[in-house]
Amino acid sequence: MSTAHTHEHHEAPKGLGRWVFSTNHKDIGTLYLLFSLLMFIVGGAMAMVIRLELFQPGLQFVHPEFFNQMTTMHALVMIFGAVMPAFVGLANWMIPLMIGAPDMALPRMNNWSFWILPFAFAMLLSTLFMDGGGPAGGWTLYPPLSLQSGNSFAFVIFAIHLMGISSIMGAINVIATILNMRAPGMTLLRMPLFVWTWLITAFLLIAVMPVLAGAVTMLLTDRFFDTSFFNAAGGGDPVMFQHIFWFFGHPEVYIMILPAFGIVSEIIPAFARKPLFGYASMVYASASIAFLSFIVWAHHMFTVGMPLGGELFFMYATMVIAVPTGVKVFNWVSTMWRGAMTFETPMLFALGFVVLFTIGGFSGLMLAIVPADFQYHDTYFVVAHFHYVLVTGAVFAIMAGAYYWLPKWTGHMYNEKLGKFHFWWSAIWVNVLFFPQHYLGLAGMPRRIPDYSVQFADFNMISSIGGFAFGVGQLLFVYIVIKTIRGGEKAEARSWEGAKGLEWTVPSPAPHHTFDTPPELDDSQLAHGGGH
Amino acid sequence: MSTPASDPNPSDRADTQQAANRRLIRRLLVVTVLMFGFGFALWPLYNVFCAITGLGGRTGQVTNEEANAQALVGDERWVTVTFDANVDVKLPWRFQPYEKTMQVKVGELTETHYLAVNTTDQSIVGQAVPSVAPGEASLYFNKTECFCFSEQVLEAQQSRDMPVRFIVDPELPHDINTLTLSYTFYLQGDATAELHQHDHEHHPHQNQDDASASHTGP
Ligand SMILES: [Cu+2]
Repeated sequence: MSTAHTHEHHEAPKGLGRWVFSTNHKDIGTLYLLFSLLMFIVGGAMAMVIRLELFQPGLQFVHPEFFNQMTTMHALVMIFGAVMPAFVGLANWMIPLMIGAPDMALPRMNNWSFWILPFAFAMLLSTLFMDGGGPAGGWTLYPPLSLQSGNSFAFVIFAIHLMGISSIMGAINVIATILNMRAPGMTLLRMPLFVWTWLITAFLLIAVMPVLAGAVTMLLTDRFFDTSFFNAAGGGDPVMFQHIFWFFGHPEVYIMILPAFGIVSEIIPAFARKPLFGYASMVYASASIAFLSFIVWAHHMFTVGMPLGGELFFMYATMVIAVPTGVKVFNWVSTMWRGAMTFETPMLFALGFVVLFTIGGFSGLMLAIVPADFQYHDTYFVVAHFHYVLVTGAVFAIMAGAYYWLPKWTGHMYNEKLGKFHFWWSAIWVNVLFFPQHYLGLAGMPRRIPDYSVQFADFNMISSIGGFAFGVGQLLFVYIVIKTIRGGEKAEARSWEGAKGLEWTVPSPAPHHTFDTPPELDDSQLAHGGGH
Repeated sequence: MSTPASDPNPSDRADTQQAANRRLIRRLLVVTVLMFGFGFALWPLYNVFCAITGLGGRTGQVTNEEANAQALVGDERWVTVTFDANVDVKLPWRFQPYEKTMQVKVGELTETHYLAVNTTDQSIVGQAVPSVAPGEASLYFNKTECFCFSEQVLEAQQSRDMPVRFIVDPELPHDINTLTLSYTFYLQGDATAELHQHDHEHHPHQNQDDASASHTGP
C-alpha cells in the first residue's frame, strides 16, 4: 500500500488488503505469529495422533505408514511452521521497536517472506492427501529410505525450498534492519539481547539454510533425475547426506534456541527488577555458541562408523558448548539473585524455561558421550532430549514472550489468573509427557515406531496422558490470546513495572507507525548499557 | 554519545540508508549463493576426504605384482575377516558368502567365494558395491580379483560362484584385528533388457540406470 509510506498517515488501512499487501512490520509480525499459532495447533494435532497410537502396545488407531507420516510431518510443521515463524514474528514486531527504527529495512521483501509460507505449508500438508502419502522417512529425510517415497516427495522438497527462501529473506531483513536502522546512539553493545541473539541467528540462517536447500536438491535429482549423489549403486554415499544434512541441522537447533535465550534475557531482568547480569558475556556466549554449532554436526551420527579420532573430536567439541550455555544459565540466575522478583506469567514461563531447558541441556551432554550414545542413539531418550530443549525451551520462551509483549501488541492486559493457570498446567503435564520418555529410551525403546513391546507399556501410557493434557492446555492459550485481542484491562505504555527498553516508551497498543523520527535515548530507560 | 534530535535533511538520510541497505543485501545474497554452492561442493570434498582417510570404506584394487610385493614385507600376523552380503530390494537375487568368517594371514593373497542366484525367469544384470569396515581398514584392504570389478549377468535361474582374491596390507594398524567386507548387489539397467550370452568381456548396456524401469521393478 503506497499510503503506508506517507508519514501523515497514522491509521492502519482497513480490510483484507491491509494484511495481504502490508509492508508494516507490526502487521507482518502479527501475521507471522498467528500463522505460527495455527501451525502449532496443526503440528500438535499430529502429536496427538502419535500419542494416541502409542497409548497402548499394538496397532490400534492408525496404519503404520500413516503413523510414520505423522512423526515426519509433526517435526517439519513444528520446526519450520511453528517455532521458526514465531521467532520471525517476534523479530518483526519487536526489533524495530527495540532499536528505535520506523520499520524493517526491507518492508516489501518482508511481505514476500511471510506470504511464501502459507503456500509452502499448503504444499507440504497437501502431500498427506496424495497418492503414496506424505513424507514418512523422518524429518531428516535420510536416503536411501527417503528416496523410496512416492512422487509426492517432489512437493515436500519444493515446500522445503520455499521455507528456506522465506527464512533467508527474513534473515537478510533482520540483519539489514539491525545494522542500518538503529536509532542514533543505539550502539551495538547497547542493543537488547533479543536483538543480539536474533542478529546472530540471522547469520546462522544465511549460512545453513542454503546448505539444506542444496542437500534436498540433491535428494530431488537422485529421486527423479537419475543422479547418484547418495545412491551407493551409482557410486554415491548415503552417509554423505547425513553429513551435509547435519551441517545444516546442528546450527538449526541454535536457530531455534538463540532467540529464546534473547527473550528470556529480556524478561528475567524486568521481573527481577535488576539489570541483566553479565550483558557482554551473554553476547559473547551467544556468538561462541553460534561458532561452535558449525563444528559439532557429527554428534548426530556417531553410530555410522567414524574413526575414534573423529568421534573424540565431535564429542569434545559438543561438550564445549556446555560452557557458554552454562555462562548464560549462570547469568540468568545471578540476575535474579537478590532481585525484587514477582511471578507474573511471562516470568513463570521464563523460569520454567531456565529449569527445564537446563534439563534438556544435560540430557544433550549425555548424548554427546560417544560410548553412551551408542546405547541412546535413535531411542526415546533422544526424543525426550530434544523435546525438553524445543518444547520447554523454545516454545516456553515464545509463550513467555507472547505474554510479555501481548499488552504492547493489543493494548490490553491478558487475564493473569488464566495465564498462570496455563503455565502451571503446561509445566506439570509437559513433564508427565516427556520425562518418562527418558526411561523408555534408556530401556531401549526405538523412536519412530507405531508399536512396541509390552515392557514399555506403562511409561507410554503415562506419557500419552501427559500429552493429551498438555495438548488441551494449549487451547487455553489460544483462548487467552483471542480474548486479549478482543478486550481486557487497558495496558499502560510501560505494561510491566520493571520493564526497560525502547518498546515500552511507545503507547500500548503500539501505534501503526512508531519512531518515524528517531527517539532520543534516555540511558535510564535502556535495558542494557545504560548508566546503572 | 550525542544524539542528533532531528536530521537536517531527512530525505538525504533515507537515500544513504537505502544505498547502505542495497550494499548489504548484495553481500548477504552473495553469501547465500556461496553457501548453496558449498552444499554441493561438500560432495567432491567428501569423496576426496574419504579417499585419503578411507572413511567411506571403499576398497582398493592392486595387481598381482603389487600384492606379491606386500607379501614380502609381512611377518606372521593374523586377522579375522568377516564376509557380509546384501541385495537391494529391487534385485530379485539370492546372494551369500560361502564362508561367513575367515582367519587371514596379513600380507598373504587369500581367496574366498560368494554365491549369487538369479531366482527369476529373466536374465538380469547386477552390480556389486563393496565396502570395508572399519573405514580406516579399507586403506589396507586390496583385491586382485573381484566380481565387483564389473557388472554380473545372471540368466534365468542361473547361479554362479564368484571368487574374491584379496590381501590385507601388513601396514594395517595394530589396533584393528577384525575387518568386515560387505557387498551390496544392485540392479543394473533395465531388468527386461535383452542380453546376449555372457562372456568374460565387459558388456555395454544402453539402458543403464533407467530409473523408470527400476522403479516398476522386474
Ligand atoms: Cu546437534
